[in-house]
Amino acid sequence: MDGNYILYKLILASVILLISLVVAMYSTLLERKVAGFMQDRLGPNRAGIGGIFQPLADGLKLFFKEEFMPGTADKFLYILGPSLTMMIALLTSAVIPWGNSFIINGTEYTLQVADINVGVLYVFAILSIGVYGIMIGGWASNNKYALIGAVRAASQMISYELAMSMSIITIVMMSGTLSLKDIVDQQHGMNWNVWYQPLGFLIFIVCAFAECNRSPFDLPECETELIGGYHTEYSSMKLGFYLFAEYINMFISSAMIATLFFGGYNFPFMDSLNLSHNALTIIGSLVFFAKIAFFVFFFMWVRWTLPRFRYDQLMRLGWKSLLPLAIINILITGFVIMIKNHL
Amino acid sequence: MFSKYLFFILSFIAIYAALKVLISKKPMHSVLYLTLAFFAIGGHYILLNAQFLAVVHIIVYAGAIMVLFIYTVMLLNLNIQGEFPKSRLMKFASAIAGGMLLMVLIAVFRTYDLKMISDPALNQIGLVKNLGKVLFDEYYLPFELSSILFLAAMVGAVMLGKKDIY
Repeated sequence: MDGNYILYKLILASVILLISLVVAMYSTLLERKVAGFMQDRLGPNRAGIGGIFQPLADGLKLFFKEEFMPGTADKFLYILGPSLTMMIALLTSAVIPWGNSFIINGTEYTLQVADINVGVLYVFAILSIGVYGIMIGGWASNNKYALIGAVRAASQMISYELAMSMSIITIVMMSGTLSLKDIVDQQHGMNWNVWYQPLGFLIFIVCAFAECNRSPFDLPECETELIGGYHTEYSSMKLGFYLFAEYINMFISSAMIATLFFGGYNFPFMDSLNLSHNALTIIGSLVFFAKIAFFVFFFMWVRWTLPRFRYDQLMRLGWKSLLPLAIINILITGFVIMIKNHL
Repeated sequence: MFSKYLFFILSFIAIYAALKVLISKKPMHSVLYLTLAFFAIGGHYILLNAQFLAVVHIIVYAGAIMVLFIYTVMLLNLNIQGEFPKSRLMKFASAIAGGMLLMVLIAVFRTYDLKMISDPALNQIGLVKNLGKVLFDEYYLPFELSSILFLAAMVGAVMLGKKDIY
Protein backbone atom coordinates (compact mmCIF):
# COMPACT_ATOMS: atom_id res chain seq x y z
CA MET A 1 0.00 0.00 0.00
CA ASP A 2 2.47 2.67 -1.08
CA GLY A 3 1.55 6.21 -1.98
CA ASN A 4 2.07 5.59 -5.69
CA TYR A 5 -0.53 2.84 -5.71
CA ILE A 6 -3.14 4.94 -3.89
CA LEU A 7 -2.48 7.89 -6.21
CA TYR A 8 -2.90 5.65 -9.27
CA LYS A 9 -6.21 4.25 -7.96
CA LEU A 10 -7.45 7.77 -7.18
CA ILE A 11 -6.63 8.97 -10.70
CA LEU A 12 -8.24 5.88 -12.23
CA ALA A 13 -11.41 6.31 -10.15
CA SER A 14 -11.66 9.98 -11.15
CA VAL A 15 -11.13 9.18 -14.84
CA ILE A 16 -13.83 6.46 -14.76
CA LEU A 17 -16.21 8.82 -12.95
CA LEU A 18 -15.56 11.48 -15.59
CA ILE A 19 -16.02 9.03 -18.46
CA SER A 20 -19.31 7.78 -16.98
CA LEU A 21 -20.61 11.32 -16.65
CA VAL A 22 -19.53 12.41 -20.14
CA VAL A 23 -20.92 9.25 -21.75
CA ALA A 24 -24.22 9.70 -19.90
CA MET A 25 -24.28 13.36 -20.98
CA TYR A 26 -23.82 12.52 -24.63
CA SER A 27 -26.27 9.60 -24.37
CA THR A 28 -29.02 12.21 -23.93
CA LEU A 29 -28.04 13.74 -27.26
CA LEU A 30 -27.72 10.33 -28.88
CA GLU A 31 -31.13 9.34 -27.56
CA ARG A 32 -32.75 12.35 -29.22
CA LYS A 33 -30.80 11.79 -32.43
CA VAL A 34 -31.83 8.11 -32.51
CA ALA A 35 -35.45 9.10 -31.80
CA GLY A 36 -35.23 11.58 -34.68
CA PHE A 37 -33.80 8.92 -36.98
CA MET A 38 -36.50 6.39 -36.03
CA GLN A 39 -39.27 8.94 -36.59
CA ASP A 40 -37.78 10.31 -39.81
CA ARG A 41 -36.78 13.75 -38.51
CA LEU A 42 -33.47 15.44 -37.75
CA GLY A 43 -33.34 15.70 -33.97
CA PRO A 44 -31.61 18.59 -32.16
CA ASN A 45 -29.17 20.34 -34.54
CA ARG A 46 -29.10 24.02 -33.49
CA ALA A 47 -26.54 24.15 -30.66
CA GLY A 48 -23.13 23.72 -32.29
CA ILE A 49 -22.33 21.57 -35.32
CA GLY A 50 -24.99 18.86 -35.57
CA GLY A 51 -26.23 19.70 -32.07
CA ILE A 52 -22.92 18.81 -30.36
CA PHE A 53 -23.45 21.37 -27.55
CA GLN A 54 -27.06 20.34 -26.89
CA PRO A 55 -26.25 18.44 -23.63
CA LEU A 56 -24.47 21.52 -22.25
CA ALA A 57 -27.46 23.68 -23.12
CA ASP A 58 -29.80 21.17 -21.45
CA GLY A 59 -27.63 21.07 -18.34
CA LEU A 60 -27.51 24.88 -18.11
CA LYS A 61 -31.27 25.04 -18.56
CA LEU A 62 -31.79 22.60 -15.68
CA PHE A 63 -29.42 24.59 -13.43
CA PHE A 64 -31.14 27.91 -14.09
CA LYS A 65 -34.69 26.65 -13.58
CA GLU A 66 -36.57 27.56 -10.44
CA GLU A 67 -35.83 25.33 -7.47
CA PHE A 68 -39.19 24.25 -6.11
CA MET A 69 -39.85 22.52 -2.80
CA PRO A 70 -43.38 21.28 -2.11
CA GLY A 71 -44.70 22.75 1.16
CA THR A 72 -45.67 19.39 2.64
CA ALA A 73 -42.53 17.54 1.56
CA ASP A 74 -40.08 15.96 3.97
CA LYS A 75 -37.25 18.43 3.29
CA PHE A 76 -34.24 16.24 4.08
CA LEU A 77 -35.49 13.11 2.33
CA TYR A 78 -36.66 15.18 -0.64
CA ILE A 79 -33.05 16.21 -1.27
CA LEU A 80 -31.62 12.82 -0.28
CA GLY A 81 -33.68 10.98 -2.95
CA PRO A 82 -31.98 12.27 -6.12
CA SER A 83 -28.56 12.36 -4.44
CA LEU A 84 -28.81 8.69 -3.47
CA THR A 85 -30.01 7.72 -6.94
CA MET A 86 -26.99 9.42 -8.49
CA MET A 87 -24.51 7.99 -5.99
CA ILE A 88 -25.73 4.40 -6.29
CA ALA A 89 -25.77 4.67 -10.09
CA LEU A 90 -22.05 5.54 -10.03
CA LEU A 91 -21.01 2.84 -7.52
CA THR A 92 -21.01 -0.19 -9.84
CA SER A 93 -18.29 1.22 -12.11
CA ALA A 94 -15.71 0.43 -9.38
CA VAL A 95 -15.65 -3.33 -10.08
CA ILE A 96 -15.98 -3.33 -13.88
CA PRO A 97 -12.68 -4.18 -15.61
CA TRP A 98 -12.39 -1.39 -18.19
CA GLY A 99 -9.36 -2.94 -19.82
CA ASN A 100 -6.52 -5.36 -19.21
CA SER A 101 -3.39 -3.83 -17.68
CA PHE A 102 -0.53 -1.51 -18.59
CA ILE A 103 3.00 -2.63 -17.79
CA ILE A 104 5.19 0.43 -17.27
CA ASN A 105 8.75 -0.08 -15.97
CA GLY A 106 7.91 -3.59 -14.78
CA THR A 107 4.97 -2.48 -12.63
CA GLU A 108 1.51 -3.70 -13.59
CA TYR A 109 -1.31 -1.15 -13.58
CA THR A 110 -4.73 -2.79 -14.01
CA LEU A 111 -7.57 -0.78 -15.49
CA GLN A 112 -9.97 -1.78 -12.73
CA VAL A 113 -10.48 0.21 -9.55
CA ALA A 114 -11.16 -2.77 -7.25
CA ASP A 115 -10.72 -6.43 -8.16
CA ILE A 116 -12.65 -7.73 -5.15
CA ASN A 117 -13.18 -11.48 -4.88
CA VAL A 118 -16.95 -11.04 -4.53
CA GLY A 119 -17.34 -8.75 -7.57
CA VAL A 120 -20.52 -10.34 -8.88
CA LEU A 121 -22.15 -10.24 -5.44
CA TYR A 122 -21.14 -6.58 -5.12
CA VAL A 123 -23.07 -5.89 -8.33
CA PHE A 124 -26.09 -7.73 -6.86
CA ALA A 125 -25.83 -5.61 -3.71
CA ILE A 126 -25.76 -2.34 -5.67
CA LEU A 127 -28.71 -3.59 -7.74
CA SER A 128 -30.71 -4.33 -4.64
CA ILE A 129 -30.12 -0.94 -3.01
CA GLY A 130 -30.73 0.95 -6.28
CA VAL A 131 -34.41 1.22 -5.43
CA TYR A 132 -33.84 3.43 -2.36
CA GLY A 133 -33.39 6.73 -4.19
CA ILE A 134 -36.63 6.36 -6.10
CA MET A 135 -38.64 5.19 -3.09
CA ILE A 136 -37.35 7.93 -0.81
CA GLY A 137 -37.90 10.62 -3.46
CA GLY A 138 -41.39 9.41 -4.30
CA TRP A 139 -42.42 9.18 -0.67
CA ALA A 140 -40.86 12.47 0.42
CA SER A 141 -42.68 14.45 -2.30
CA ASN A 142 -45.96 13.80 -0.45
CA ASN A 143 -47.87 13.47 -3.69
CA LYS A 144 -50.15 10.59 -4.61
CA TYR A 145 -48.82 10.23 -8.16
CA ALA A 146 -45.25 10.26 -6.91
CA LEU A 147 -46.09 7.64 -4.27
CA ILE A 148 -47.78 5.35 -6.80
CA GLY A 149 -44.79 5.78 -9.11
CA ALA A 150 -42.37 4.93 -6.29
CA VAL A 151 -44.39 1.86 -5.24
CA ARG A 152 -44.49 0.67 -8.83
CA ALA A 153 -40.76 1.23 -9.27
CA ALA A 154 -39.99 -0.67 -6.09
CA SER A 155 -42.10 -3.71 -6.92
CA GLN A 156 -40.81 -3.75 -10.50
CA MET A 157 -37.17 -3.60 -9.45
CA ILE A 158 -37.57 -6.25 -6.73
CA SER A 159 -39.35 -8.59 -9.16
CA TYR A 160 -36.78 -8.33 -11.92
CA GLU A 161 -33.78 -8.38 -9.59
CA LEU A 162 -34.47 -12.07 -8.86
CA ALA A 163 -34.47 -13.25 -12.47
CA MET A 164 -31.44 -11.06 -13.21
CA SER A 165 -29.40 -12.49 -10.35
CA MET A 166 -30.33 -16.02 -11.36
CA SER A 167 -29.23 -15.42 -14.94
CA ILE A 168 -25.83 -14.22 -13.67
CA ILE A 169 -25.54 -17.29 -11.40
CA THR A 170 -25.22 -19.53 -14.50
CA ILE A 171 -22.17 -17.48 -15.53
CA VAL A 172 -20.70 -17.93 -12.04
CA MET A 173 -21.35 -21.69 -12.23
CA MET A 174 -19.58 -21.91 -15.59
CA SER A 175 -16.55 -19.84 -14.72
CA GLY A 176 -16.28 -20.92 -11.07
CA THR A 177 -15.34 -17.45 -9.83
CA LEU A 178 -17.05 -14.34 -8.46
CA SER A 179 -14.37 -11.91 -9.66
CA LEU A 180 -15.39 -9.96 -12.76
CA LYS A 181 -11.77 -9.76 -13.94
CA ASP A 182 -11.44 -13.56 -13.92
CA ILE A 183 -14.78 -13.94 -15.71
CA VAL A 184 -13.54 -11.60 -18.46
CA ASP A 185 -10.15 -13.34 -18.70
CA GLN A 186 -11.88 -16.69 -19.24
CA GLN A 187 -13.63 -15.31 -22.34
CA HIS A 188 -10.34 -14.89 -24.20
CA GLY A 189 -10.60 -14.20 -27.92
CA MET A 190 -13.99 -15.21 -29.23
CA ASN A 191 -14.79 -17.61 -26.35
CA TRP A 192 -17.66 -15.40 -25.17
CA ASN A 193 -20.23 -16.48 -22.60
CA VAL A 194 -23.12 -15.54 -24.88
CA TRP A 195 -22.41 -18.60 -27.05
CA TYR A 196 -22.89 -20.86 -24.02
CA GLN A 197 -25.66 -18.91 -22.29
CA PRO A 198 -27.98 -17.45 -24.96
CA LEU A 199 -31.02 -17.89 -22.70
CA GLY A 200 -29.22 -16.32 -19.75
CA PHE A 201 -28.27 -13.36 -21.93
CA LEU A 202 -31.89 -12.90 -23.06
CA ILE A 203 -33.16 -12.95 -19.48
CA PHE A 204 -30.39 -10.59 -18.37
CA ILE A 205 -31.05 -7.99 -21.04
CA VAL A 206 -34.83 -7.96 -20.44
CA CYS A 207 -34.21 -7.55 -16.72
CA ALA A 208 -31.66 -4.80 -17.40
CA PHE A 209 -34.35 -2.84 -19.21
CA ALA A 210 -36.70 -3.27 -16.25
CA GLU A 211 -34.01 -2.36 -13.70
CA CYS A 212 -33.15 0.85 -15.55
CA ASN A 213 -36.86 1.75 -15.74
CA ARG A 214 -36.43 2.09 -19.48
CA SER A 215 -39.14 1.69 -22.07
CA PRO A 216 -40.96 -0.75 -22.61
CA PHE A 217 -40.90 -1.07 -18.80
CA ASP A 218 -40.94 2.63 -17.86
CA LEU A 219 -44.12 2.26 -15.81
CA PRO A 220 -42.80 4.13 -12.73
CA GLU A 221 -42.82 7.38 -14.72
CA CYS A 222 -45.64 6.47 -17.11
CA GLU A 223 -46.76 10.00 -17.99
CA THR A 224 -50.20 9.13 -19.37
CA GLU A 225 -51.28 7.64 -16.04
CA LEU A 226 -49.03 9.19 -13.41
CA ILE A 227 -48.02 12.61 -14.84
CA GLY A 228 -44.34 11.99 -14.12
CA GLY A 229 -44.30 9.16 -11.62
CA TYR A 230 -41.84 9.44 -8.74
CA HIS A 231 -40.34 12.71 -9.99
CA THR A 232 -43.64 14.56 -10.47
CA GLU A 233 -42.76 17.13 -7.78
CA TYR A 234 -39.11 17.56 -8.74
CA SER A 235 -37.75 20.47 -10.69
CA SER A 236 -34.42 22.04 -11.63
CA MET A 237 -31.23 20.02 -11.10
CA LYS A 238 -32.90 17.54 -8.70
CA LEU A 239 -35.05 16.38 -11.62
CA GLY A 240 -31.90 16.51 -13.71
CA PHE A 241 -30.21 14.09 -11.29
CA TYR A 242 -33.03 11.57 -11.64
CA LEU A 243 -33.00 11.79 -15.44
CA PHE A 244 -29.20 11.73 -15.58
CA ALA A 245 -28.96 8.71 -13.26
CA GLU A 246 -31.12 6.79 -15.72
CA TYR A 247 -28.53 7.38 -18.45
CA ILE A 248 -25.67 6.42 -16.15
CA ASN A 249 -27.57 3.23 -15.25
CA MET A 250 -27.98 2.52 -18.94
CA PHE A 251 -24.25 2.98 -19.54
CA ILE A 252 -23.30 0.76 -16.58
CA SER A 253 -25.85 -1.91 -17.59
CA SER A 254 -24.40 -1.96 -21.10
CA ALA A 255 -20.93 -2.31 -19.59
CA MET A 256 -22.15 -5.22 -17.44
CA ILE A 257 -23.73 -6.94 -20.46
CA ALA A 258 -20.49 -6.55 -22.41
CA THR A 259 -18.43 -7.78 -19.43
CA LEU A 260 -20.51 -10.83 -18.52
CA PHE A 261 -21.66 -12.05 -21.93
CA PHE A 262 -19.58 -10.42 -24.67
CA GLY A 263 -16.06 -10.90 -23.46
CA GLY A 264 -15.37 -7.44 -22.01
CA TYR A 265 -12.09 -6.20 -23.50
CA ASN A 266 -11.45 -9.44 -25.44
CA PHE A 267 -11.80 -9.42 -29.20
CA PRO A 268 -11.35 -12.11 -31.88
CA PHE A 269 -7.85 -12.76 -33.29
CA MET A 270 -6.22 -10.82 -30.45
CA ASP A 271 -3.33 -13.31 -30.26
CA SER A 272 -2.47 -13.29 -33.97
CA LEU A 273 -1.94 -9.50 -34.13
CA ASN A 274 1.60 -9.72 -32.68
CA LEU A 275 1.17 -6.51 -30.71
CA SER A 276 2.79 -5.61 -27.40
CA HIS A 277 0.84 -6.03 -24.16
CA ASN A 278 0.19 -2.30 -23.75
CA ALA A 279 -1.02 -1.82 -27.34
CA LEU A 280 -3.37 -4.78 -26.93
CA THR A 281 -4.75 -3.21 -23.75
CA ILE A 282 -5.50 0.06 -25.55
CA ILE A 283 -7.25 -1.73 -28.44
CA GLY A 284 -9.09 -3.95 -25.95
CA SER A 285 -10.44 -0.95 -24.06
CA LEU A 286 -11.56 0.67 -27.32
CA VAL A 287 -13.31 -2.58 -28.31
CA PHE A 288 -14.96 -2.69 -24.89
CA PHE A 289 -16.29 0.84 -25.36
CA ALA A 290 -17.51 -0.04 -28.86
CA LYS A 291 -19.48 -2.95 -27.35
CA ILE A 292 -20.91 -0.64 -24.69
CA ALA A 293 -21.87 1.91 -27.36
CA PHE A 294 -23.72 -0.78 -29.29
CA PHE A 295 -25.75 -1.80 -26.24
CA VAL A 296 -26.51 1.83 -25.36
CA PHE A 297 -27.81 2.17 -28.92
CA PHE A 298 -29.79 -1.06 -28.43
CA PHE A 299 -31.47 0.41 -25.34
CA MET A 300 -32.56 3.43 -27.41
CA TRP A 301 -33.55 1.32 -30.39
CA VAL A 302 -35.96 -0.68 -28.20
CA ARG A 303 -37.32 2.44 -26.53
CA TRP A 304 -38.37 3.99 -29.82
CA THR A 305 -39.70 0.70 -31.26
CA LEU A 306 -41.78 -1.04 -28.60
CA PRO A 307 -44.88 0.34 -26.83
CA ARG A 308 -45.12 0.38 -23.03
CA PHE A 309 -46.30 -2.75 -21.20
CA ARG A 310 -49.34 -2.75 -18.94
CA TYR A 311 -48.54 -3.21 -15.26
CA ASP A 312 -50.08 -6.69 -14.91
CA GLN A 313 -48.29 -7.79 -18.10
CA LEU A 314 -45.01 -6.59 -16.61
CA MET A 315 -45.56 -8.59 -13.41
CA ARG A 316 -46.67 -11.70 -15.30
CA LEU A 317 -43.60 -11.54 -17.55
CA GLY A 318 -41.28 -11.16 -14.56
CA TRP A 319 -42.68 -13.79 -12.22
CA LYS A 320 -44.27 -16.34 -14.54
CA SER A 321 -41.93 -16.32 -17.55
CA LEU A 322 -38.48 -14.96 -16.72
CA LEU A 323 -38.07 -16.45 -13.22
CA PRO A 324 -39.00 -20.06 -14.20
CA LEU A 325 -36.86 -19.72 -17.33
CA ALA A 326 -33.92 -18.57 -15.23
CA ILE A 327 -34.35 -21.52 -12.84
CA ILE A 328 -34.56 -23.97 -15.76
CA ASN A 329 -31.43 -22.37 -17.17
CA ILE A 330 -29.60 -22.97 -13.88
CA LEU A 331 -30.71 -26.63 -13.90
CA ILE A 332 -29.56 -27.16 -17.50
CA THR A 333 -26.21 -25.50 -16.77
CA GLY A 334 -25.73 -27.70 -13.71
CA PHE A 335 -26.53 -30.83 -15.71
CA VAL A 336 -24.12 -29.93 -18.50
CA ILE A 337 -21.32 -29.16 -16.04
CA MET A 338 -21.94 -32.49 -14.26
CA ILE A 339 -21.90 -34.48 -17.51
CA LYS A 340 -18.73 -32.68 -18.64
CA ASN A 341 -16.97 -33.52 -15.38
CA HIS A 342 -17.85 -37.21 -15.67
CA LEU A 343 -16.73 -37.66 -19.29
CA MET B 1 -3.65 1.65 12.05
CA PHE B 2 -5.98 2.91 9.34
CA SER B 3 -8.49 0.15 10.07
CA LYS B 4 -8.56 1.21 13.73
CA TYR B 5 -9.89 4.64 12.75
CA LEU B 6 -12.35 2.97 10.36
CA PHE B 7 -13.56 0.80 13.23
CA PHE B 8 -14.28 3.82 15.40
CA ILE B 9 -16.01 5.74 12.60
CA LEU B 10 -18.18 2.74 11.68
CA SER B 11 -19.02 2.03 15.32
CA PHE B 12 -20.02 5.63 15.85
CA ILE B 13 -22.29 5.56 12.77
CA ALA B 14 -23.83 2.24 13.83
CA ILE B 15 -24.59 3.37 17.38
CA TYR B 16 -25.82 6.81 16.29
CA ALA B 17 -28.13 5.25 13.66
CA ALA B 18 -29.41 2.64 16.12
CA LEU B 19 -30.25 5.37 18.64
CA LYS B 20 -31.93 7.43 15.94
CA VAL B 21 -34.14 4.43 15.06
CA LEU B 22 -35.62 4.72 18.55
CA ILE B 23 -35.64 8.52 18.84
CA SER B 24 -37.03 9.48 15.40
CA LYS B 25 -40.65 10.62 15.42
CA LYS B 26 -41.46 9.57 11.85
CA PRO B 27 -41.57 5.80 11.12
CA MET B 28 -39.99 6.40 7.70
CA HIS B 29 -36.93 8.04 9.30
CA SER B 30 -36.61 5.14 11.75
CA VAL B 31 -36.59 2.64 8.90
CA LEU B 32 -33.95 4.61 6.98
CA TYR B 33 -31.72 4.93 10.06
CA LEU B 34 -32.01 1.17 10.55
CA THR B 35 -30.77 0.76 6.97
CA LEU B 36 -27.82 3.03 7.76
CA ALA B 37 -27.06 0.88 10.82
CA PHE B 38 -27.02 -2.23 8.62
CA PHE B 39 -24.56 -0.58 6.25
CA ALA B 40 -22.26 0.30 9.15
CA ILE B 41 -22.38 -3.31 10.37
CA GLY B 42 -21.60 -4.44 6.81
CA GLY B 43 -18.49 -2.24 7.02
CA HIS B 44 -17.48 -4.04 10.22
CA TYR B 45 -17.69 -7.37 8.41
CA ILE B 46 -15.30 -6.06 5.75
CA LEU B 47 -12.87 -5.01 8.52
CA LEU B 48 -13.05 -8.61 9.80
CA ASN B 49 -12.02 -9.80 6.29
CA ALA B 50 -15.44 -11.39 5.70
CA GLN B 51 -16.32 -9.84 2.35
CA PHE B 52 -18.87 -12.50 1.49
CA LEU B 53 -20.75 -11.99 4.73
CA ALA B 54 -20.63 -8.20 4.26
CA VAL B 55 -22.06 -8.28 0.74
CA VAL B 56 -24.72 -10.87 1.61
CA HIS B 57 -25.62 -8.80 4.66
CA ILE B 58 -26.20 -5.77 2.40
CA ILE B 59 -28.17 -7.81 -0.16
CA VAL B 60 -30.43 -9.51 2.38
CA TYR B 61 -30.94 -6.80 5.00
CA ALA B 62 -30.51 -3.49 3.19
CA GLY B 63 -31.63 -4.74 -0.22
CA ALA B 64 -34.54 -7.02 0.58
CA ILE B 65 -35.86 -6.77 4.12
CA MET B 66 -35.56 -3.01 4.56
CA VAL B 67 -37.05 -2.34 1.11
CA LEU B 68 -40.09 -4.35 2.18
CA PHE B 69 -40.18 -2.40 5.47
CA ILE B 70 -40.17 0.91 3.59
CA TYR B 71 -42.79 -0.47 1.26
CA THR B 72 -45.07 -1.31 4.18
CA VAL B 73 -44.52 2.05 5.86
CA MET B 74 -45.24 3.84 2.58
CA LEU B 75 -48.46 1.90 1.94
CA LEU B 76 -49.78 2.09 5.50
CA ASN B 77 -48.99 5.82 5.56
CA LEU B 78 -47.83 5.71 9.18
CA ASN B 79 -46.90 9.36 9.03
CA ILE B 80 -48.42 10.28 12.38
CA GLN B 81 -46.26 12.76 14.24
CA GLY B 82 -46.12 13.18 17.98
CA GLU B 83 -45.91 10.98 21.03
CA PHE B 84 -47.48 7.60 21.27
CA PRO B 85 -49.37 7.45 24.58
CA LYS B 86 -47.49 5.55 27.26
CA SER B 87 -48.75 4.85 30.76
CA ARG B 88 -46.65 5.65 33.83
CA LEU B 89 -46.39 1.95 34.70
CA MET B 90 -44.86 1.26 31.26
CA LYS B 91 -42.23 3.97 31.78
CA PHE B 92 -41.23 2.64 35.22
CA ALA B 93 -41.10 -0.93 33.95
CA SER B 94 -38.92 -0.03 30.97
CA ALA B 95 -36.56 2.09 33.10
CA ILE B 96 -36.06 -0.74 35.60
CA ALA B 97 -35.61 -3.37 32.86
CA GLY B 98 -33.10 -1.17 31.00
CA GLY B 99 -31.15 -0.50 34.22
CA MET B 100 -30.96 -4.20 34.99
CA LEU B 101 -29.70 -4.98 31.50
CA LEU B 102 -26.99 -2.33 31.95
CA MET B 103 -25.93 -3.92 35.26
CA VAL B 104 -25.66 -7.37 33.69
CA LEU B 105 -23.65 -6.00 30.75
CA ILE B 106 -21.24 -4.18 33.07
CA ALA B 107 -20.83 -7.32 35.16
CA VAL B 108 -20.03 -9.36 32.08
CA PHE B 109 -17.64 -6.95 30.37
CA ARG B 110 -15.85 -5.72 33.53
CA THR B 111 -13.45 -8.64 33.56
CA TYR B 112 -13.58 -9.39 29.85
CA ASP B 113 -10.29 -9.04 28.03
CA LEU B 114 -10.72 -7.74 24.45
CA LYS B 115 -8.24 -9.49 22.17
CA MET B 116 -7.53 -9.37 18.46
CA ILE B 117 -8.03 -12.71 16.72
CA SER B 118 -4.79 -13.35 14.86
CA ASP B 119 -5.26 -17.00 13.90
CA PRO B 120 -4.66 -17.06 10.11
CA ALA B 121 -7.09 -19.96 9.64
CA LEU B 122 -9.84 -17.97 11.34
CA ASN B 123 -8.93 -14.80 9.45
CA GLN B 124 -9.68 -16.39 6.09
CA ILE B 125 -12.93 -18.08 7.05
CA GLY B 126 -15.11 -15.28 5.63
CA LEU B 127 -13.86 -15.65 2.05
CA VAL B 128 -16.23 -17.32 -0.41
CA LYS B 129 -14.10 -20.40 -1.13
CA ASN B 130 -13.51 -21.31 2.52
CA LEU B 131 -17.08 -20.59 3.51
CA GLY B 132 -18.41 -22.76 0.67
CA LYS B 133 -16.09 -25.61 1.64
CA VAL B 134 -17.17 -25.47 5.27
CA LEU B 135 -20.88 -25.19 4.42
CA PHE B 136 -20.94 -28.03 1.90
CA ASP B 137 -18.52 -30.26 3.82
CA GLU B 138 -18.98 -30.05 7.56
CA TYR B 139 -22.42 -28.47 7.75
CA TYR B 140 -24.00 -30.04 4.68
CA LEU B 141 -27.11 -31.46 6.39
CA PRO B 142 -28.03 -28.37 8.46
CA PHE B 143 -27.50 -26.22 5.37
CA GLU B 144 -29.87 -28.30 3.24
CA LEU B 145 -32.41 -28.55 6.06
CA SER B 146 -32.47 -24.77 6.48
CA SER B 147 -33.06 -24.37 2.73
CA ILE B 148 -36.07 -26.73 3.02
CA LEU B 149 -37.29 -24.55 5.89
CA PHE B 150 -37.06 -21.51 3.58
CA LEU B 151 -38.98 -23.34 0.89
CA ALA B 152 -41.70 -24.25 3.38
CA ALA B 153 -41.94 -20.61 4.47
CA MET B 154 -42.23 -19.48 0.85
CA VAL B 155 -44.98 -22.00 0.08
CA GLY B 156 -46.76 -20.95 3.25
CA ALA B 157 -46.61 -17.27 2.26
CA VAL B 158 -48.08 -18.06 -1.17
CA MET B 159 -50.83 -20.17 0.44
CA LEU B 160 -51.76 -17.33 2.82
CA GLY B 161 -51.81 -14.85 -0.05
CA LYS B 162 -54.01 -17.06 -2.22
CA LYS B 163 -56.46 -17.97 0.58
CA ASP B 164 -59.53 -16.48 -1.08
CA ILE B 165 -59.27 -18.66 -4.20
CA TYR B 166 -60.39 -21.83 -2.45
